Amino acid sequence: MKYVTEYRDAELVKGVIEEIRRTITRPWTLMEICGGQTHAIVRHGIDQLLPPRIELVHGPCCPVCVTPLELIDKALAIASQPDVIFCSYGDMLRVPGSSQDLFSVKAQGGDVRVVYSPLDAVALAQQNPEKQVVFFAIGFETTAPPNVMSVLQAQHLGLKNFSILVSHVRVPPAIKAILSSPHNRVQGFLLAGHVNAVMGYWEYPPLVDEFKIPMAVTGFEPLDIVQGILAAVELLEAGKVEIANAYQRAVTLQGLKSAQAAINKVFMECDRKWRGIGMIPMSGWCLRPEFDFFNAEKRFNVEAMHADESPLCIAGSILQGLKKPHDCSAFGRQCTPESPLGATMVSSEGACAAYYKYGR
Amino acid sequence: MSDQSVTIEGATCAPPLPHNEQIVMGHGAGGRMSHQLIQKAFLPAFDNPALRAGDDAASLESNLHHAQRLAISTDAHVVTPLFFPGGDIGRLAVCGTVNDVAMLGAKPLYLTAGFILEEGLPMETLQRVIASMKSAAEEAGVQIVAGDTKVVQKGKADGLYITTAGVGVVRAGAKIGGAQAKADDVVILSGSLGDHGIAVLGARGELGFQSAIQSDVAPLNHLIEAMLDASNNIHVLRDPTRGGLATTLNEIATQSNVGILLDETALPIRPEVGAACEMLGFDPLYIANEGKLVAMVAREDAESVLKAMQATRYGEDACIVGEVTDAPRGRVLLKTALGSTRVVDMLSGEMLPRIC
Repeated sequence: MKYVTEYRDAELVKGVIEEIRRTITRPWTLMEICGGQTHAIVRHGIDQLLPPRIELVHGPCCPVCVTPLELIDKALAIASQPDVIFCSYGDMLRVPGSSQDLFSVKAQGGDVRVVYSPLDAVALAQQNPEKQVVFFAIGFETTAPPNVMSVLQAQHLGLKNFSILVSHVRVPPAIKAILSSPHNRVQGFLLAGHVNAVMGYWEYPPLVDEFKIPMAVTGFEPLDIVQGILAAVELLEAGKVEIANAYQRAVTLQGLKSAQAAINKVFMECDRKWRGIGMIPMSGWCLRPEFDFFNAEKRFNVEAMHADESPLCIAGSILQGLKKPHDCSAFGRQCTPESPLGATMVSSEGACAAYYKYGR
Repeated sequence: MSDQSVTIEGATCAPPLPHNEQIVMGHGAGGRMSHQLIQKAFLPAFDNPALRAGDDAASLESNLHHAQRLAISTDAHVVTPLFFPGGDIGRLAVCGTVNDVAMLGAKPLYLTAGFILEEGLPMETLQRVIASMKSAAEEAGVQIVAGDTKVVQKGKADGLYITTAGVGVVRAGAKIGGAQAKADDVVILSGSLGDHGIAVLGARGELGFQSAIQSDVAPLNHLIEAMLDASNNIHVLRDPTRGGLATTLNEIATQSNVGILLDETALPIRPEVGAACEMLGFDPLYIANEGKLVAMVAREDAESVLKAMQATRYGEDACIVGEVTDAPRGRVLLKTALGSTRVVDMLSGEMLPRIC
């Protein structure tokens, strides 16, 4: 496990935390934007080791949590059809739609399969020409390259039986929405290093300038995370409004040009609903019209499906960093990973699931 | 966490899905959903003290010589593929029941086997499975003394399923069970975590890469005999199968009403298993093992038990991974490599790979 164990070295991590302690002079509220980082923080217990003057609030960027209810309902409608093989990343199976989840559809005879890569779904389409194979293309910028590659590959192979149900979201509009909220109390951001590995971080300086808030590109291992926190604290303490790259081994300013080109070839920006938060303008990606042939919403005629969410949990406030999972009366009682009330409890990257699993 | 603190700020989400209406795959994953199924469906109907004890085998009084107790257990085996690196469904079917019986401190003696065969199953496949069962039974020193065969139509089963039952005699004086853990006991693990689960995933082609990981499926009764010879103060023995070590320890913490504290740095995880888990978003604490046991042993006997284990084939890598504590009762905690502490919960439903 080279490049993993080294970044979990307890002594190195403690050294950086000591440096944070020496640097900090007053309370700061930081948001780790990515749910994967939330999980790493509680799994490794990093929050317990930080000086109490640092408050970490958990950001909305868990792709499973924010997938809108009506997209889940569309997925369930498609997956329930005969002669469909519905492929999804694993965590999506547990996310409740209006009345069911993909587990239920599977139990009723729907052919729902967990795949590790969208290209596995393309292979299934090749192997099953008599079936329609649909891939549930969710995620942030991180999963966009493989998701668009599945479309390009299907096009290249001339597959007539492959399509994707797109629910893509992007980080920069989410940060803008958080910073535009009158309730915002975030003073610095830890950016999602895996997103930046693909996209670079050239999209963020306008946000830094507009909202006068520092950001640190941050990785996912314990050492990466504390280095990101240190970088953010150093900027805040120095009164500097800029971006620091604390994940240089994976991230450059420009990111992966070839991946960005592939994304832009297949996807275009669009408005997107975020579950628990609402509509964020131009915060999503959808298929360009020239790739309509691969659009599962059109192929299965579910475009018009609409679903409203019922007000039961505070997932939205948690996703926006306004509340912590403990603030919810249902947390750990009516709402557990087996019986989730909200998407933040469903996903392994959701803040509530992280708190529940690791006992915060 | 207080009921007054909730204000809904335009947040919305969907109603819960407890899956009470129909069986879903999560009911069979060995985690909390499986437990709830037992609690809600099976236990109320069949309730009796042996079943309520909640161990993987039942301990029963007998009229045998010296009033030795009987241990009896049953286990149904379904696995895809039927053959995987390090084992197959036949070896699994024998070892699973042998181990469940032995975990009460019993010497397993006899097994029965029920076969559900799918029409069209190649005879050669069945014969390979039978040969594997024969060899596993010989290794364990048990006899398969009765059996049954049913054939179902093509498509109604996945090749073959095997259900085994086993009976054994509990060693005189042994009082071993999930409810016997005591504060200050030492937690010993017989070897590395997660090998079986990852080997089976690899054999299904679900890893997306080649691996040399072998299933650990093995009969552990001889290992247990060596442990019982070394100490009269073994309180709990349990094999962490489906749901992994995390789920097993949560069961024990609940049954014994104790806390358990694990040391993350002491957990033996093969680098290739660790790497596979990192790539797929799995936690080795939740991956199935089929040839490992976890023991709670009085601290003063820990060293001698460990030595006895390490002298056997399936206990070579045995090590101390934690201790039993007074509090928090019913909870498993883990001291992280960084020195902080977190809760290790039971597997909830089906284990799902993470998106990123």
